[in-house]
Amino acid sequence: METKMEPPKNTIGIIGWLRKNLFNGWFNSLLTIIFLWIVFTVLYAALKWVFVTADWTVIVVNLRLLLVGQYPQDQIFRVWLALTLVSTLTGLSWGLWKGTIGNLAIALGASFLILSLFPFSGEVKTWLLVNATAIGLGYVLGRYFPILRKPTAASWILLFPFIIVLLRGLGTSWLPIVGTNLWGGLMLTFLLAIVAIVFSFPLGVLLALGRTSKLPLVRYLSIGYIELIRGVPLITILFMAQLMLPLFLPEGVTLDRVLRAMAGLTLFSAAYLAENVRSGLQSIPRGQYEAAQALGLSNFKTTFLIVLPQALRAVIPILVGQFIALFKDTSLVSIVGILDFLGIGRSIVAQPEFLGRQREILIFAAAIYFVFSYAMSYASRRLEKSLGVGER
Amino acid sequence: MRTVVPFWRDNRIVPILVQLFFLVLVILLGGFFYNNLQVGLDKTGMKLGFSFLNQSAGFSIKETSIQYSPADSYGRALLVGFTNTIKVAFWGIILATILGVFVGIGRLSSNWLVRNVAAVYVEIIRNTPLLVQLYIWYFALFMQLPKIQDSIILPGSIHLSNRGLALPWLVSTSGTRIWLAFFLVGIVAGFLIYKKQTEKQLITGIDRYPALWAMGALLLSLLFAWLITMDKPFLLTVPTVDGLRYSGGYRLSPEFATILLGLVVYTGAFIAEIVRAGIQAVSKGQTEAAKALGLGHSLSLRLVILPQALRVIIPSMTSQYLNLAKNSSLAIAVGYPDFFSVSGTTLNQTGRAVEIITLVMVAYLSISLLTSLLMNIFNKRMRLVER
Repeated sequence: METKMEPPKNTIGIIGWLRKNLFNGWFNSLLTIIFLWIVFTVLYAALKWVFVTADWTVIVVNLRLLLVGQYPQDQIFRVWLALTLVSTLTGLSWGLWKGTIGNLAIALGASFLILSLFPFSGEVKTWLLVNATAIGLGYVLGRYFPILRKPTAASWILLFPFIIVLLRGLGTSWLPIVGTNLWGGLMLTFLLAIVAIVFSFPLGVLLALGRTSKLPLVRYLSIGYIELIRGVPLITILFMAQLMLPLFLPEGVTLDRVLRAMAGLTLFSAAYLAENVRSGLQSIPRGQYEAAQALGLSNFKTTFLIVLPQALRAVIPILVGQFIALFKDTSLVSIVGILDFLGIGRSIVAQPEFLGRQREILIFAAAIYFVFSYAMSYASRRLEKSLGVGER
Repeated sequence: MRTVVPFWRDNRIVPILVQLFFLVLVILLGGFFYNNLQVGLDKTGMKLGFSFLNQSAGFSIKETSIQYSPADSYGRALLVGFTNTIKVAFWGIILATILGVFVGIGRLSSNWLVRNVAAVYVEIIRNTPLLVQLYIWYFALFMQLPKIQDSIILPGSIHLSNRGLALPWLVSTSGTRIWLAFFLVGIVAGFLIYKKQTEKQLITGIDRYPALWAMGALLLSLLFAWLITMDKPFLLTVPTVDGLRYSGGYRLSPEFATILLGLVVYTGAFIAEIVRAGIQAVSKGQTEAAKALGLGHSLSLRLVILPQALRVIIPSMTSQYLNLAKNSSLAIAVGYPDFFSVSGTTLNQTGRAVEIITLVMVAYLSISLLTSLLMNIFNKRMRLVER
């Protein structure tokens, strides 16, 4: 006769899970108890502080400053417009390519909708809803018009210069110039990181090619630059950009603080980018060079048509990682007196009426940095998987 | 018939031309900058040069590891800052390594809670800027601690207040040096005896108790030390509150404690990820083989997994150490007088931007080069283990 035996009661269900994962052996049980105590103490203190002790009015009152700095109030629609463009393109990409970008688009749209429930002014609410709608409309468009693929990709590339022009203005009556000295807050943090990565890209690629070049002079100069920049802290480069750069420029040419910081970040980022690209260049098998030579391609064509495209594809996830690092590193510009997200937060708590509200501002800043960095690194991990890097 | 190759297609000449062009470009660019600099300096009537380093600094430094007074020169002040940087970097590297290894192993623990607490720690720390973390440690933690009169006293007589941290510490006595010398002799002798006895044991197969012999040698040498000095090796001092400051024990200023804690917690998270990746890079068969040989969890980790993981870990660890040393320059944000912060003060007082920034870059470059040199030597030694 066949008898079906149940597994022992203490190896299945919740109790089984607990025994297996938390209480296998005296050592693990001890660890579990100690860690439970730690987790409860920390969580209790943190939750109590967030919901009882902390006074969040400092954030609410200064939200606009924290987000866009001293950008003129009557020109604020430009920032919203720029954001709406990003939303539209995100929505379009979601409809066209699905996958990771879809998750991000949903997260973005959901945050707009949730934020619109907060008691903001009518204008802000409208813009938030416009953004959420833009994502939805973009999705629908992308879904039913796959022909939009190429225009969308091109728009992503054109978006950056367009946003810069939009934010800075053309000097016309309805788009007056808003100088970079008025840019600030989270917007500036993003712009600093984007400008640095975009401008350091060509520089970094050239440096990487220089470092792998067979010409000794080019190679040593590239190595010299890369190792010099990588050997010193970012803050010294930012100080150099603020204090030394003006000395090196001809008379009459002046850059304001923000542009100088952008220059410093670009020079810094280029060295790191060069090393990342170099790792990609080294991953290209010799056969590719030899095949290109056999086809009669010149050195120039081999590099730009055969090697670089493959190398850059291999390093995309690393470049995203570098962008995240740069996004966090831009906080250092607050030390040289620029009012980026952290800088403006620090200047708010320096005002007498918000004295002693450092904790709220700092924790809020940390949370915002965390949300964006985490979202980007999540996307980068997914991207890595979908590109199949390391699997081919 | 021989075709004549024009020189712009000649494979021997083109590279030279390209390099010449490149060189001219770099020289022109450099000359342009240099010329602008000269014009600017001429206007202000300043001359490049390092003679200002001999002038009296005139500012005081809160924390000094070597003798310093405001009457000393700028050069001396910068040296004080440099020693402070070295101090932070040295302790930071050691403590971050310890923290990182524990958290990295914790990330792979079989205990669900430990695993996830470690993961949350790593994610939070890695996704927020170091500068924000430093501000939080300083303004939200150390500055919010009670006044020195109501210091928090943790078990082990560790005092915590907004004046900093004070720990019980050892003070040397008259015999400390002799004790230390004999201790070193004992360690070396013990090590040699241990090796010799193990060798004999391996050859003869008879138990020679190497560990016991080594311990004996060490104890014997310590006994000699006691007979000679007739004194204790160290005295333990416990910190006490003395008016508005601590006396006795080892005292850390809140600034030093902040920058050290901040760097250790931040770099520790990155090291943890490296350690985790290193352990995971060791093939599973190794763990299983160790288990099959009857090694326990900790023994197999210590004897089989970690030595192999170390080879993967060391190169990435080097770059983390370099990052820590460079990040120590953020001490300026909390007011710890490290090299960068002292340089900043000097720059403000003398206005010599070019010289000081050059000096700072050279100093950090040499720290970086020295660290990578040491780590490369270590790396080579570890690689010898490879078959």
